[in-house]
Amino acid sequence: MSAGANLGTTIRFRPLNVGRYFLWGSFALVLAVLPLFFSAGFAITMMSQMGIFIIAALAYNMLLGETGLLSFGHAVYTGLGSYFAIHALNWIAAGTLPLPVALVPLVGGLFGLLFGLLFGYIITKKAGTTFAMITLGIGEMVFAASLMFPSFFGGEGGISANRVVGKPFLGITYGPAIQVYYLIALWTFVAMIAMFALTRTPLGRVANAVRDNPERAEFIGYNTHIVRFLMFALSGFFAGIAGGLSAINFEIVSAESVGAQRSGGMLLAAYIGGVGVFFGPVIGAIIFTFFLVAMSNMTKAWLLYLGLFFMAIVMFAPGGIASVILMNLRVWKAGFMNRLWKPYAALASAGVIALGGFVAIVEMTYKLSDSGGGGAFSVFGIPIDLAKPLSWIVAGLVLAVGGFLYRRAWVAMKREWDDIQSILAERAT
Amino acid sequence: MTAAPGAAASIELRGVYKSFGKTQIIRGVNLAIAKGERHAIIGPNGAGKSTLFNLISGRFPVSSGNVLLNGADITGLKPYQINRRGLSRSFQITNIFHRLSVFENLRCSVLWSLGYKYSFWKALNGLADANERAAEVMEGIGLSRRRDTLAGLLSYAEQRALEIGITIAGGAEVILLDEPTAGMNRSETAHAVELIKKVTAGKTLVMVEHDMGVVFGLADRISVLVYGEVIATDAPAAIRSNAAVQEAYLGTTANNH
Amino acid sequence: MEFFLISMLNGVTYGLLLFMLSSGLTLIFSMMGVLNFAHASFYMLGAYFAYQISVKIGFWPALVIAPLAVGAIGMLVERYGLRKVHKYGHVPELLFTFGLAYLIEEAVHLIWGRSAVDYRVPAELSGSLFKIYGTAFPEYRGFMMLVSVLMLVSLYLVLTRTRIGLVIQAALTHPDTVEALGHNVPRVFMLVFGGGCALAGLAGVIGGNALVTEPGMALSLGAIMFVVVVLGGLGSLAGAFIASLLIGLLQTFAVGFDGSLGRLFAPLGISFPSGTFLGELWGLTISSAAPVLPYVLMVLMLIFRPRGLLGTRDV
Repeated sequence: MSAGANLGTTIRFRPLNVGRYFLWGSFALVLAVLPLFFSAGFAITMMSQMGIFIIAALAYNMLLGETGLLSFGHAVYTGLGSYFAIHALNWIAAGTLPLPVALVPLVGGLFGLLFGLLFGYIITKKAGTTFAMITLGIGEMVFAASLMFPSFFGGEGGISANRVVGKPFLGITYGPAIQVYYLIALWTFVAMIAMFALTRTPLGRVANAVRDNPERAEFIGYNTHIVRFLMFALSGFFAGIAGGLSAINFEIVSAESVGAQRSGGMLLAAYIGGVGVFFGPVIGAIIFTFFLVAMSNMTKAWLLYLGLFFMAIVMFAPGGIASVILMNLRVWKAGFMNRLWKPYAALASAGVIALGGFVAIVEMTYKLSDSGGGGAFSVFGIPIDLAKPLSWIVAGLVLAVGGFLYRRAWVAMKREWDDIQSILAERAT
Repeated sequence: MTAAPGAAASIELRGVYKSFGKTQIIRGVNLAIAKGERHAIIGPNGAGKSTLFNLISGRFPVSSGNVLLNGADITGLKPYQINRRGLSRSFQITNIFHRLSVFENLRCSVLWSLGYKYSFWKALNGLADANERAAEVMEGIGLSRRRDTLAGLLSYAEQRALEIGITIAGGAEVILLDEPTAGMNRSETAHAVELIKKVTAGKTLVMVEHDMGVVFGLADRISVLVYGEVIATDAPAAIRSNAAVQEAYLGTTANNH
Repeated sequence: MEFFLISMLNGVTYGLLLFMLSSGLTLIFSMMGVLNFAHASFYMLGAYFAYQISVKIGFWPALVIAPLAVGAIGMLVERYGLRKVHKYGHVPELLFTFGLAYLIEEAVHLIWGRSAVDYRVPAELSGSLFKIYGTAFPEYRGFMMLVSVLMLVSLYLVLTRTRIGLVIQAALTHPDTVEALGHNVPRVFMLVFGGGCALAGLAGVIGGNALVTEPGMALSLGAIMFVVVVLGGLGSLAGAFIASLLIGLLQTFAVGFDGSLGRLFAPLGISFPSGTFLGELWGLTISSAAPVLPYVLMVLMLIFRPRGLLGTRDV
């Protein structure tokens, strides 16, 4: 057959793939210059945590998005990675482990891999809900066990260490937060490239096949258990690296790092960002960390807002933010964006009004339950007296009006959107 | 075209039984299919044709009896083990990878046979032989134009073609096709028959098929399966005139074609 | 003997409470395929509602109103949330309940604060029922058992004697066929979801004051309920009942044992220094290992017998 002859043009459209190099290059540049723009200590801390969580969420998505495995216990691998990394730091300090601090995340990774191999071999015999339940069970087991063995897990207080150990390399001690940021940024970049490359290998692609149709995968020669197992173990490796970085960053690891809440956070972040696209979890990790670090400083209700945000994604955009972006890019490329600007603007303004009303009510309720009735505070210089019903009526009214407008704007936007989608679908065939 | 005595048959079933609970579906099937033969299995609905395929390809375990592939016993092996020994099958209900593109569907299907197994240190785009083979199959099944379309978005006929493509991509020497033309109109069926002829040239082909036009146009030999038993195995002409077959089966469907 | 009897009574009480929680979860999971992560949150809501009502009106009205209110919320959640997500598949459904659990916990924080509320056993039930070997058995424990048994009997009657009960039973074992029979499946789902939530709410009402009513109570019981459902088996209420008692007894009895590997191997002279990992493993008593046991059971069950004790299908 002749198809092989024109392979060069059909398979490798752009031999060097300039676009991709450009993308990764700019990403590296962004990582490098971010601290110049956000130099406050708080920003550096947040960006460091974002980097760590990007690795964790991407590692998580190797299971959910790429292999179709829903895990409720992936903090086991980040957490155990953290524990071994923090012990490694202490061993370095004691002089028993000759290892530069920069490579400590690798210790976390190797132990993440080890436990991924150990637990993963059993867990990946199953898929679907059974898999999810086993990961939940093992997560609870490890968490409960972590409180039983204080010599390794440090009991309630956890294990702490000092990251400024060993000989400084080129004057880098990892004492200042900015040095830790760059260490994390470097590992994030490397881990991201490695995980992206993995999606372009035989194992990575066959994992997609197993996700879509495990039965058929068995009939093209693949043992689905082995495919899931390898993906699970490799995911454990990257999760462990994230755990190791987190040990360096916080200099303390406690039982909650293997707990259900942490596992749930990884799921939330990956899903919010979008599990169907490689970059989805990156977006999710950034948003999640923003909520966790910045919003939690501003309001006690941050988890409520995050939960609502997550529910909105599940209900209205099950492909996550990444898929919303991609769908809009498609519309934009096809030249239909001009039809959507107005509906989008209307939707956004109505959304802001509704959100304002809602946030006001939530915050006022929190103030009320904290102060035990009554109390007053001010927002943007406007004094709000909680004892007066007027405050509540106004907030409720804002929410109601905003909600009503939002609903109308949504219907109008949906009409345009569906129309454009049907035109696009017609073009495709 | 019966198997020459002494030479191992491509597929051989020896006293194969299968029950689900108390119901016996396959009741003592003996069958030998020679290398390079095109063999059709026909029979009324519920005769156990698809079950027989499931037993040969390892989807279900047999209750008793043996299945041999090129003379080697494959009874009790897993589907992937049987596939690696050179037997590949298609499905009656389209069974493809919906969220992968046409090309990726086919590329996945060639990876194992080319020895890439579970490797995660090789870039897919650098695997010249796999890409070439996938493109070749894609051309062969007429889907090159749809290279980057997600399989789930293809038309029904295109999905059926892809189904066959996935089955043959790995280069298996023994191909099992389960109702390859199910649900197709007349012109699609004619197209599918040509496609099957082309892509299975020189291989052993076993197919379950309801369309008698397809069966008589493609098969060297035909087996008639009725209530889990093979009541006749013979050349098409002989099957047509076989009184037992006519009574059990053709008598009711002869009007259709 | 004293230890045995007391543990037995406590274990059965705890087991019955677990069954009240897991029966709804099993029904929902078996019929709708939704592993309801928010189920324990409805239990928590039951307790908080009961606390609020008992402060304002009294415990006895709370016993009736709180479960009904929780059930109503459950139905609303099914009707306006879960049903919309249903078309995307099981994973988004599951994630929906997962997110809902977060939300309910936060709503509780918002309204009742972050520390435990003073939800007390009613005065008329705070005496002791009888004494065994000098240990008093509280009246309220007896009341809990009574309510649990009443609930068990009424659940049994509803499932076997009413039309909707028969539909539910059919749907438990053959979820696909019910629709074919022309029943209004979405409505049945809504009722089952609401009913399951109401049962969880009832468990909250009678369990919240016996244990503790605080925002962490959902999380602490949530995972155990999954253990019960898995052990009991998909589609089997009887299995869930046995598994509830089993876990209840296991946890109560394990707490009383202080055997350890170290003791077991002491006659052989095998021991490890304390303060090391192996030393801790050797010194680990069954009582302190008790929290792990249910999960070990669950994982083993899922691997070797995914259909559970009495299940009709694999999980």
